[in-house]
Amino acid sequence: MRRRALPILATLAGAALVGLLVYGVSTQAPNRTLDDLVARGARPVAPEAQRMLPILGGHGLAQLASLRGRVVVLNFWASWCEPCQVEAPLLERYQSTLLRHRATVLGVTYLDNTRDSERFVRHFRLAYPNLRDNVGTFAHAYGTNQLPESFLIDRSGRIVAVSRGEIEEPFMKHAVALAASS
Amino acid sequence: MRARRRRTARALATLACLAALIVVAGASARASSPPSLPVIERQVMCVTCKIPLNVAESQQADRERTYIRELIAEGRSESAIKHSLVGQYGPAVLGLPSTSGFDLSAYLVPLIVVIALLAVLLAVLPRWRRRARAQATAGADAPALERADAARLDADLARFD
Repeated sequence: MRRRALPILATLAGAALVGLLVYGVSTQAPNRTLDDLVARGARPVAPEAQRMLPILGGHGLAQLASLRGRVVVLNFWASWCEPCQVEAPLLERYQSTLLRHRATVLGVTYLDNTRDSERFVRHFRLAYPNLRDNVGTFAHAYGTNQLPESFLIDRSGRIVAVSRGEIEEPFMKHAVALAASS
Repeated sequence: MRARRRRTARALATLACLAALIVVAGASARASSPPSLPVIERQVMCVTCKIPLNVAESQQADRERTYIRELIAEGRSESAIKHSLVGQYGPAVLGLPSTSGFDLSAYLVPLIVVIALLAVLLAVLPRWRRRARAQATAGADAPALERADAARLDADLARFD
C-alpha cells in the first residue's frame, strides 16, 4: 500500500500542475462577456468607470464616470498602432458633431509611451479628451488587449455597441443617432 | 571514512566561496558599468507582445527600445530607467507576476514543490537508512566459512596478487 502511495501522489501532483497550466492559459484569453451581453440586447454597465486615470497632455486624473449624462465613444488606442492612425481622423471629424448633442469621444491610450501619445495627438490635431491607461487594468476590464477597440456608452453609463478593430463610419453614425435621440 | 567526509566538506565550502565570489563580482561589475540597451532589454518585457523585449519584434517593442535609448542618452541609471519604464508601461514591463489571482501561483507552486520534495525525502530517507543498516548487519551475521572453503578462497585470491 505504502509503495503505491508515492507514485499515486506524484501522478496527482503532475495532474494538478497540468490543471493549473490549463487554467492559466484559459484565463489569458480576452474576456468577451461584454460582447455577448451587447449581442443579446442587454446594456451592461461600463466597467471600471470610477477608475481614475492620468490625463494625457495635462495634469491630474479623470474618470469615465465624470462623463455620465453624455453619450461617449470610448476609444482605446496606442501611437504605434497603424489602424489607430487610420481611424483617428474619423473620430476627430465626428467629435464636433457629437459635442453638439452632448456627446464626446474619449480616447484612452493602452500601455503607450506618453511622449509618443502626445506626438500622436498633435499630429492628428485631436481635440477630444484622452486619458492614459498605463497599467492596462481599465482596458482589460473591457476585454481589450488588441487595438483599436471602441465602445459606445449611453447617457446612463451603459454599453450599447462594441467595435473590435478599426472603427467604421456606421459605428460613428450610430453614436450620433443615439446622442441625437436621447 | 571521517577523512573522506572532511574532504567533501572542504570541497563544498570552497565551491560555496567561489559561487559567492562570482555573484558579488557580477553584481559589482553591473553596478559600476553604465546601463546598455542589451542589458535592460533582457530584464524587461514587451508589454503588448508579453515576451521579453530582447526577443520581441513589433512596433511596440521598437518604441520601448527607442525610449530606453533616450533614457540611456540622458545618463539615467539602470534602476532609474526601470522606474521610468514602470511609469510609462506599468509594472507588467518588469515581467514580474503580481501577488494576486492566478499570478500568485508563480510564487506558491515552487514553494509547494520544494516542501513536497522535502516531505518525500523525510519520509523516504529513514527507510533507506534502515534498509542499508539491515543489509550491513546481515553481512556481519553471515556464517563463517568452513576451513576448506576458506583455504580455497585464499588460494583463489592469491592468484590475483
